[in-house]
Amino acid sequence: MKKSPSVLVIGGGSTGTGIARDLAMRGLDVTLVEKGNLTHGTTGRMHGLLHSGGRYAVSDQPSAKECIEENRVLRRIAGHCVEMTGGLFVQRPEDSDEYFEQKLEGCRECGIPAEVLSAEEAREIEPYLAKDIKRAIKVPDGAVDPFRLCVANAASAAEHGARIETHSEVTDVLVEDGEVVGVEVTHQTGTGPYVHGEPGEVEEIRADYVVNATGAWAGQIGDFAGVDVEVRPSKGVMTIMNTRQVDTVVNRCRPKGDADIIVPHETTCILGTTDEEVEDPEDYPEEGWEVDLMIETLSELVPMLADARTIRTFWGVRPLYEPPGTGTEDPTDITREFFLLDHADRDDLPGMTSIVGGKLTTYRMMAEQISDHVCEKLDVEAECRTADVPLPGSEDFTVLRDYMDDFGLRSPIGRRSAQRLGSRADEVLNSVDPNPVVCECEAVTRAEIQDALDTAGTELNSVRIQTRASMGNCQGAICCHRMANELAPEYDEETVRASLDDLYQERWKGERHAMWGTQLSQTALKHLLHAATMNRDEDPAAGDADIDFAAFDDGDASEDDTSGVASGGAVADGGRRRTADRASDDAPGGVDGDN
Amino acid sequence: MAITDDVLVIGGGIAACTAALSAAEMGARVRLLAHKKSTLRQASGLVDVLGYAGGDGPLSDPYAGLDALPEGHPYRVVGEDGVRAGLQIFDEAVGDVYRGGHTDSNALVMTHGGAVKPTARYPESVAPGLASTSGDTLLVGFAGLTDFDAPVAADHLAAAGVPFSARGVTVEFPKRFRADAKVTRFAKALDRDEEVNGGTVRSVLADTVAEEIDGESRVGFPAMLGDDHDEEVRAELSDRLGVPVFEVPTGPPSLLGLKLEDILFDALDEAGVRISTGNPAVDFEAADGRVETVIVDQKSRPTPYSAEQVVLATGGLVGKGLDSDRESVTEPVFGCHVPHPEDRYDWSEPEAFGDHAFARFGVVPDDELRPTDEDGEPHFENLRAAGGVVGGADVAREKSASGVSLATGAVAGRLAGEEATR
Repeated sequence: MKKSPSVLVIGGGSTGTGIARDLAMRGLDVTLVEKGNLTHGTTGRMHGLLHSGGRYAVSDQPSAKECIEENRVLRRIAGHCVEMTGGLFVQRPEDSDEYFEQKLEGCRECGIPAEVLSAEEAREIEPYLAKDIKRAIKVPDGAVDPFRLCVANAASAAEHGARIETHSEVTDVLVEDGEVVGVEVTHQTGTGPYVHGEPGEVEEIRADYVVNATGAWAGQIGDFAGVDVEVRPSKGVMTIMNTRQVDTVVNRCRPKGDADIIVPHETTCILGTTDEEVEDPEDYPEEGWEVDLMIETLSELVPMLADARTIRTFWGVRPLYEPPGTGTEDPTDITREFFLLDHADRDDLPGMTSIVGGKLTTYRMMAEQISDHVCEKLDVEAECRTADVPLPGSEDFTVLRDYMDDFGLRSPIGRRSAQRLGSRADEVLNSVDPNPVVCECEAVTRAEIQDALDTAGTELNSVRIQTRASMGNCQGAICCHRMANELAPEYDEETVRASLDDLYQERWKGERHAMWGTQLSQTALKHLLHAATMNRDEDPAAGDADIDFAAFDDGDASEDDTSGVASGGAVADGGRRRTADRASDDAPGGVDGDN
Repeated sequence: MAITDDVLVIGGGIAACTAALSAAEMGARVRLLAHKKSTLRQASGLVDVLGYAGGDGPLSDPYAGLDALPEGHPYRVVGEDGVRAGLQIFDEAVGDVYRGGHTDSNALVMTHGGAVKPTARYPESVAPGLASTSGDTLLVGFAGLTDFDAPVAADHLAAAGVPFSARGVTVEFPKRFRADAKVTRFAKALDRDEEVNGGTVRSVLADTVAEEIDGESRVGFPAMLGDDHDEEVRAELSDRLGVPVFEVPTGPPSLLGLKLEDILFDALDEAGVRISTGNPAVDFEAADGRVETVIVDQKSRPTPYSAEQVVLATGGLVGKGLDSDRESVTEPVFGCHVPHPEDRYDWSEPEAFGDHAFARFGVVPDDELRPTDEDGEPHFENLRAAGGVVGGADVAREKSASGVSLATGAVAGRLAGEEATR
C-alpha cells in the first residue's frame, strides 16, 4: 500500500489543531507540534467572542461575511463549545447616528441578521444597560470556549491518526536543496499522552509538507527558514468580572476604540479590549491603567461595572498581518482577514506555507483553505468534511437534559458538567465513583478533572482550561490543592506538590490585576488558607533545613489522655448553640458573608 | 435612648472575644457587637502564636522570635507580657478542649495538605497526632472528600523528615451522600451514628479502618469526627481500633474553627458579656476627642450604642474590618488611617508567597493600642484596636494569626476595662 503523504503542522492553537483535524480526516499522515500546551498562544488568551460579523460590518466586510458563515458552522459542529447569547450594538447619545445606520446597512449587506431595538427593548434584554442609551442593533453574536474547541479538534485529529506533540518547540526549520523538508524540535518538560520526548531531546521530524500555523509567532518560524513573515503582533487586555453582569454580548456602536465589548463567558463576563502593537508576543508590559480603562469606559454602557468585582485580568496577542507595503499605522485598521503565504511563490522556498491573520471564529475556514492548498501541492484528492462532521462532544444533543438523577449530582452541577462535556457527558461522568465536586465555584467534579488529566499529564493549568476548575470567584483558593490531589496515586507526592505550586503561581499572576475591594478580601483569605492553614510558604518538605523535632512540644502533658476518651472539661459540655446553623456553612469558599 | 455599657467591643472573632473577656475581668460591663459569622469558620482551629520570624523557623520557642519582628509589629507594641496575657485568657476560656498550655514550646502539627507547621495551642482531638511526637501513623481519607488525600499527606509528612513512619489509605465512608456533600454531613452521620449496611456508621468505619492498620500506633482522620458528639465519636473509634485516634485540621468549612467559636461565645456568656449579633456598626458620634456612641444599622434603623470605651476588633481584609478600592485602603467604621502604597500594584508581590504589603495592612496603634492618624496622634482617646484590623503583621507567613488577636485583644480589653472602671 502506498504511504500517505506526510504533513507537519506547527502550532497547537485553534488554527493548527483545526488544520491537523482537517488533513487527518482527509487521510493524510499528520504530525502537530506545539511548544507549550494546546492553546498556549493566542487561542488561550482571547475573550471568547463568537463573532456574528457585526463588528466588521462597516470596516472590513470580507471578514464580516466569513464570520457569519462560520458562526453558523460552529453552532452545528461545536455545539458544546458555543453559547448563543445573542449580541447588541448599543448606541449612546453621544455616538453618531450615521455610524449606527452604516452598521445596520453593513450587517444587511453581509447577510448578518440585524434588528433595531429601542432603548426600552434593549433594556428588556439587558436590564443593566445605562438609562440614557439611545438604541441598539441585535445580532447573532455568541460566546465560544476556545479551550474546549481546541482540545476537541486535537482529539478528533488524534482519532483520525494524527500524532500530536505538545511541549515540543521548533528550534529549526530543515531546508535541503532549497526546499523545506521538516523541522527540528526540542522536547520540553511535560507530561500526558501528547508528550513523547524526553526534556532536552532534539528530534528531526521530516515531512512532505510543513504548515506554519503559529500566529503571532509566525515570524520567528519564518526566520528559521530564512523568510520574512511580517506579522504585527497586537496586544489586547481582557478583564474578567466575578459574575455575568450581562447575558448578551454588549458592543459599543461606534467606529472603533478601546474598551467597547463585554462578552458573557460561563459564570463570568469579560471586558475588552485594547489594540496596541508590540514587538515581542511574549514580552510586553501589562499595566494597571489598561484595567482602569476597561472599567471606566465600559461602565458608560453598563454603569454597575464601575463598582463590580473583577477577579483577574489577562492579555492576549493578535496575529495581525498585512501584505508588505500596505503600511497601516494604526493596528485597529489592519484587516482581520487571513492570508496564506506560500513560500514557494513568495520566497522561492517550496515545501512550506504560513497562515497568518484571521480570528478564532473563522479558524475552521482557515484550516479548510490551507488544507485544500496542501492537498493540491501533494496531489491528494479528498474533500473537506470539517463543516459537517461534529467535533467529539457535539455529536448528540439529547445529552443536554437534566443530569440530576442520572449522576446523583445536584441539578446545577449536572447541568454545568453536561454543558461542558456535551455528548461525552455519559461516558465521563460515569467513569468515577464516588464523584465529588472538586471546584465549587465552577461546579467541576472529580470525573471531569480525571478526564482532563488524561490529556494534561501533570499540568494542572491544562486541566484548568479544559474544565474551568479554579477559574471562578475564589481563583483556586479552595480547590487548587484538591486538583493537585487528583494527580495521585498515578504521580508521586513531590509531583503533586510541584504541580500545585505551578497552578497557584499562574493564578496569582492574573489575580494581581484585580486586587482591590472584595477581590482583595478574597486574596487575603487565599493567602491565609495557603500560608497560615497549610503552611505552603514555609513547607519544611520543600526546604533543605533539618528540623529538630525533639525541640518541639511533644504533647507530654496530655499523654495520659491520648486515648481520646472524654476528659469531662466543663467547657466542652457547654451548649453548642450554633450547630443548627451549620448547614449554611456549606457555601463555597467565598469571602466571609459575601455570598 | 442609647444602650449604654462600660466597654463596647465591635467584632465577633478571637480578638473581639478576648478583648471582651479581658475587659470583663477588670469588672467592666461589656457588650460585644458582632455583625456576621466570624472568619473562624475558615480557620483551622489551631492557635498559632509565632512560627517564623526574621528568616528563622520553624521556631520551637515562639517568644525567642519576638525581637526579630519588625518595629511596629503588634507584638512589639504589647510585648511578651501581652502575648502571655492573651494566651492566659485563651487557656482559661477553653479549658481542656485545647492543649499545649503546659509548655512555652510550639508543637509541630500536620495540616490537611500534609505540611507540618508550628503552633502554640491545638484542640484536644489533634493532640494525639502531633508531628513532634513519635508514633507510627496511619492517615485515613475518604473517597468522597477531596480536601484531604491521605496517601499524599502521609508522603508529604515523610518528605519533611518526621521521626516516625506515615502511611495513608483512602476508604469509602460507610454511608453514601450526594456528590457535593460537605464535611458537616459526614460529621452529622457520625454524631447520630446512623444505621448503615452491616451496622452503624461508627462501627462499620472502625471495621473498615481496622483492616488497614498494620502496626501503626495512631490513626488520623480529617477533622470531621462528629460535631455535637465529637468526644464520644473519637472515644468509640479509639476503643474499637485499640489505638488513639486524632483529627487533622482542615480548611473551610472548618469544624474545629466553628467549635472554637462556640467555646469562646460560651465563655463570654459565663463572663456576663452582653452580646448583640446580626447588625453592622456603620457610624459613630464623637465629642471632645472621644467616641460617644457607635451607630448600628438595625434593619435600616440607626441604633446608638454608647460606652465609655470602645474596642475595634472588626478583622482585617477578610473580615471586612478593612476596605479598599482601586486607589485606597480604609477602615470603614471610624475612618482610621491605614497606610498603604499609592500604586495598588505595590500592594502585592509577583511571587504568590512573597512579602505582600496587603498582608500587613491595618491601623497603626500607639503604645496603648489606640489607632493613630497620619501624625501619629490617637484618633480618639477611648478607641482601641485589636486583631486583624491592626496592621504591621503578616500573620499568615509568620504563623501568628491567633496569637496577634489574643495578645492585642487581651491588652486592648484590659486597658479599656481599666479606664472604664476607674
